[in-house]
Amino acid sequence: MTAPRTLPVTDLSLVVLIGSTGSGKSTFAARHFKPTEVISSDFCRGLVSDDENDQSATGDAFDVLHYIAGKRLAAGRRTVVDATNVQPESRKHLVALAREYDVLPIAIVLDVPEQVCAERNAGRPDRAALPRHVIQRHQRELRRSLRGLEREGFRKVHILRGTEEIEAAEIVTERRYNDLTHLTGPFDIIGDIHGCSSELETLLAALGYVDGAHPDGRTAVFVGDLVDRGPDSPGVLRRVMGMVAAGTALCVPGNHENKLGRYLKGRKVQHTHGLAETIEQLEREDARDPEFRKRVADFIDGLISHYVLDGGKLVVCHAGLPEKYHGRTSGRVRSHALYGDTTGETDEFGLPVRYPWAEDYRGRAAVVYGHTPVPNTSWINNTICLDTGAVFGGRMTALRWPEREIVDVPAERVWYEPAKPLVTEAPGGHDGRPLDLADVTGRRIVETSRMGRLAVREENAAAALEVMSRFAVDPRLLAYLPPTMAPCATSRQEGYLEHPAEAFAAYREDGVEQVVCEEKHMGSRAVALVCRDEVAAEKHFGVTGGPTGTLHTRTGRPFFDDAAVTEEVLARLRAAVTTAGLWEELSTDWLLLDAELLPWSLKASGLLRKQYAAVGAAAGAVFPAALSALDAAAARGTDVGGLLGRQRERAADAAAFTDAYRRYCWTTDGLEGVRLAPFQLLAVQGRSLTGLPHDQQLALIDRLVEADPSGLLRTTRRLLVDTSDEESVAAGVRWWLELTGEGGEGMVVKPLAALVRDAKGRLVQPGIKCRGREYLRIIYGPEYTRPEHLERLRSRFLGHKRSLALREYALGLEAVDRLAGGEPLWRVHEAVFAVLALESEPVDPRL
Amino acid sequence: MFLTISTTGTAAAPATDLGFLLHKHPEKAQTFSTSYGTAHVFYPEASAERTTAALLLEVDPPALVRRGKGKGRGGAPDAALAQYVNDRPYAASSLLAVALRTVFSTALRGECRTLPERAAAPLPLRVEIPAVSARGGADLVARLFEPLGWRVEAEAVPLDTRFPEWGDSRYVRLVLEGELRLADALRQIYVLLPVLDDAKHYWVSADEVDKLLRFGEGWLAEHPEQKLITRRYLSRRWALTRQANERLELARLADADDIEVEEIDNAVEDDSTGPDGETEERPAPLAVQRREAILAALRDSGAARVLDLGCGQGQLVAALLKDVRYTDIVGVDVSARALEIAARRLRLDRLSERQASRVTLLQGSLAYTDARLKGYDAAVLCEVIEHLDLPRLPALEYAVFGSARPRTVVVTTPNVEYNVRWETLPAGHARHSDHRFEWSRAEFRDWATAVAARHGYDVGLAPIGPDDPEVGPPTQMAVFTLGTTASATTHDTTKDKKKEVAA
Repeated sequence: MTAPRTLPVTDLSLVVLIGSTGSGKSTFAARHFKPTEVISSDFCRGLVSDDENDQSATGDAFDVLHYIAGKRLAAGRRTVVDATNVQPESRKHLVALAREYDVLPIAIVLDVPEQVCAERNAGRPDRAALPRHVIQRHQRELRRSLRGLEREGFRKVHILRGTEEIEAAEIVTERRYNDLTHLTGPFDIIGDIHGCSSELETLLAALGYVDGAHPDGRTAVFVGDLVDRGPDSPGVLRRVMGMVAAGTALCVPGNHENKLGRYLKGRKVQHTHGLAETIEQLEREDARDPEFRKRVADFIDGLISHYVLDGGKLVVCHAGLPEKYHGRTSGRVRSHALYGDTTGETDEFGLPVRYPWAEDYRGRAAVVYGHTPVPNTSWINNTICLDTGAVFGGRMTALRWPEREIVDVPAERVWYEPAKPLVTEAPGGHDGRPLDLADVTGRRIVETSRMGRLAVREENAAAALEVMSRFAVDPRLLAYLPPTMAPCATSRQEGYLEHPAEAFAAYREDGVEQVVCEEKHMGSRAVALVCRDEVAAEKHFGVTGGPTGTLHTRTGRPFFDDAAVTEEVLARLRAAVTTAGLWEELSTDWLLLDAELLPWSLKASGLLRKQYAAVGAAAGAVFPAALSALDAAAARGTDVGGLLGRQRERAADAAAFTDAYRRYCWTTDGLEGVRLAPFQLLAVQGRSLTGLPHDQQLALIDRLVEADPSGLLRTTRRLLVDTSDEESVAAGVRWWLELTGEGGEGMVVKPLAALVRDAKGRLVQPGIKCRGREYLRIIYGPEYTRPEHLERLRSRFLGHKRSLALREYALGLEAVDRLAGGEPLWRVHEAVFAVLALESEPVDPRL
Repeated sequence: MFLTISTTGTAAAPATDLGFLLHKHPEKAQTFSTSYGTAHVFYPEASAERTTAALLLEVDPPALVRRGKGKGRGGAPDAALAQYVNDRPYAASSLLAVALRTVFSTALRGECRTLPERAAAPLPLRVEIPAVSARGGADLVARLFEPLGWRVEAEAVPLDTRFPEWGDSRYVRLVLEGELRLADALRQIYVLLPVLDDAKHYWVSADEVDKLLRFGEGWLAEHPEQKLITRRYLSRRWALTRQANERLELARLADADDIEVEEIDNAVEDDSTGPDGETEERPAPLAVQRREAILAALRDSGAARVLDLGCGQGQLVAALLKDVRYTDIVGVDVSARALEIAARRLRLDRLSERQASRVTLLQGSLAYTDARLKGYDAAVLCEVIEHLDLPRLPALEYAVFGSARPRTVVVTTPNVEYNVRWETLPAGHARHSDHRFEWSRAEFRDWATAVAARHGYDVGLAPIGPDDPEVGPPTQMAVFTLGTTASATTHDTTKDKKKEVAA
């Protein structure tokens, strides 16, 4: 009896069975692989021709076979090809297919004597007529093939000779080396080190490592480029190799390790880009530890190009990796992982221009890499570069996973002069580039630091594209769009649909005690960007020809058709900023403000006339006639009592409706009568102020209002409420009743601390609006307060509105962060555009 | 919504006969349920001398909304805000017409068993509708009712007396007086209320044509405004089908900004926005001349692969398709609606495979660079640039001349100097409400020359339409050719070298 032979087969590979007709391939495949893993040429022949033995269909059948195999491999599924594959041409196609999908081609040969094959065929009715010479030809071709299979490109070749060996064979599935999905960390991923041993030790200490091990059992992951340029590459290697050996770290190779490895194997390499320094340091090391060189060479030799970690959620490699290469095994995958992609051009410093692969990345896994020194780390499409140029005097950076927290330490000095200045920020260049359609259209995922990945649907992006292109202000000045805001939960109090008690309760539940109630101005939402002067506008926003900022609506449209009027508003705002001394105090050349522009009739006059005033006019015309007819009928003794009473109430409701909208309308002439009520300072040069508590926000704004002699600026009344204090809450409710009693729209309740998360770490709503009872007539119709209507209206669904409000909020913060962080225009625009797109999501418009 | 019908009478022919003719007892108040609420009939007065019947429809506004399908998440209704706050409960419109037909169906047929001779004879009638929704105002009301023998008193209702500058509303207080058969009067009101309203959003059924024929019998055929009546009455149906397919995304963005959707969803001219909805059937001769000039410029350039940037409803794409020299025609527009209409007009789904493979329609925007637009022979920007705000023109310039970089670029735009020759155009007005600017010949030349210099193109300018000695042509065209730049020259030399080698 033959000893059982085990055949290692990689979990993701293209397995090619080779054997003449009748050699038992299908039986073998059925025994060792899942039925869906196996594609047989006979089956494909049947698919296209209804006859598994129709040789005239062979061409089409193999097209289908290759197509199915391709789809499976693209999806990362092992595939077994059950065909004779005795001819080199047929195998050549399959090897090419495996390469195309970056998987290992594996050959399993079933070498069975001709006689056995012939007997088996004879036993099958559909093959009984197969001429003997066909089997003989297959056998000849197989013989000729056996020795060349490795050369053809098969990475594993298993040859089973004779039926006994075939019977006894066992398949063992092997993991790919790069597949560490079973490891869940937590990890500390460390960027490029380049021999900066001292900084590495500082960083490891900052991350909590003690002598190469973390007390909480965290695992360090090095993205490579441990060596070259810096002062102590051997020290770094010793530390990293020690940690890897001890199992407290993983390491992927960088291009510098690769080159060092080739040098250590005695290959001829140029001693450039800092290799000379490493060689010198290694030579000094030889005296102390003659074996060190050999250990380094072995270490580098054993490094795996990239790792897939944490259930597939995390990919670590040196130079970045597109999704289709994750977990794949081929020369080009290794090459991309080590060197990245280049455009083929060279820049003015003679260095290859890197292809911004991250801009195209749409994968689910986060890709953490290094290789390209950047001044700041930032997430782009779920990828992040951790090379912050420690050796060039920058910082050494680590990323905590899954926390996504950045930990970094500054370089102790410039250890090596960079070949070019460290200016490239996000891939795409620090100047950015003109906005590209691919930044905004189609289904998109926008990476936010506050809420992770947010999706934009294609149809919403299409609508936003139209509005953005045709109506919005210059995108360079469009740094922010305000998020929508959810109303409070529906009130059960008699006569009310919304009541502030619900808002206070909601925040109390989220653990927010200090809230601020801000008067809600009933006008049109406005965002103002005001620069110190034309020069500042050109310097910071790149606009020429005069604009010193912008004043736009919540969809990015300019408020005034006449640019001169906008400039006049900005001039008054600027004067107030100057008088209040805020340019110096905030050390900025520009301010971005969220505000409300009044009156409502200024911008909404079309809607007012066509819809709101029209409803009032129609009601005003019809009721007097209808009521007098009913009175007359009643006087005649006709029983119209119920109807008459109802009509009187409806007439009163309609009159209340007219009163409601009239409060927000007044006549303006130029800027005469126009008011701007700022309520939040969003950002200044280099700094987002969205985290500044609202009382401090409002204090700054109060100073602006005081410093405005023109009467343009209007203050925002407010009241602080402690949601845990019943008396304070009651005061808040009274305040709201007063505000709305005098005709106000209502108020917005916000956590005083601005950016707040609940106990589970989720963002809480940045504000909850409580609209007044009379104001809501404009929204829900004149008669909404009638008990039967109110009852029906109470079943409203707030979930989607709340989610939308949070998503838009996170995107708005992201836009402001990116602007303040000096990121390229396309990065800011991406987030702003997404807010606009989300505004076109279907949601109950009355909320 | 409310209307009254009154008649006067004598002892011999008492006005109270109105009760028999309407089949509604003058001493009772009756209620009827209709699709959109409850209709009430009662008589404010009922004497032999004078009898008035009143029809009051209590609309249930949520019923209007519930008709729309709630596609929003969580079952929330998904519609523009206009659905919730509107004039339907107050103004007389198609809903009142439906109630009229439901409540007075026998009278509408002209049947009355008790008093057949009274039903067949004209009566002195007075109809009062205190609020009629009337697109076209008091004037149109008169034009519609006077030819039918009514004395018309129509008075516009102001929008808001507090804000006189807002002007009149679309509502009219209407009083009709005349001697007509009651059935005729009711039928006319039944047909003309929706015609006056001309609203697109409500109530429609498939048998509208049939109803129009039935209720218009005897008076519509001879009516001087017959065309307008028919078009408006039936247009509601087409409008509704379109509404159903339309994307609501833009409506929501309009809501976010408190503006009407028409203010932003206006890339495609609405057929009924012309003067009183008259659609211009024949294309203006200038548009034809423009197209011919562009086609000639393209032919001269030898282009085979052409971009129509801002293709709108695809008129130029259709013209290009007719010429086989154009092997690859790409229409690009930012308006998804325009592209839908273009696809329909070009019958893309019915073209032969060979023809269809020559044309592609893409949503795109010239405010962004677009890799899909690279590598074409020519690009046309026909009456496009003037629809961009001037500060955003440099982005378009870069997207076309810097990024897409076709060999030939044809740009046409109005010549503002010529506007004085347009008698119908008020002085200082742009030719189109969406024109953000209109240039003189000098301004266009300066821009074209600067663009050409910046991007390495040569440019030639040409007039389109009659070249007025004083103010120039109505439209101006610039043809840019990539050619004399260094890069283009080297490119040509390498090609020549290759040819030599091949030879």
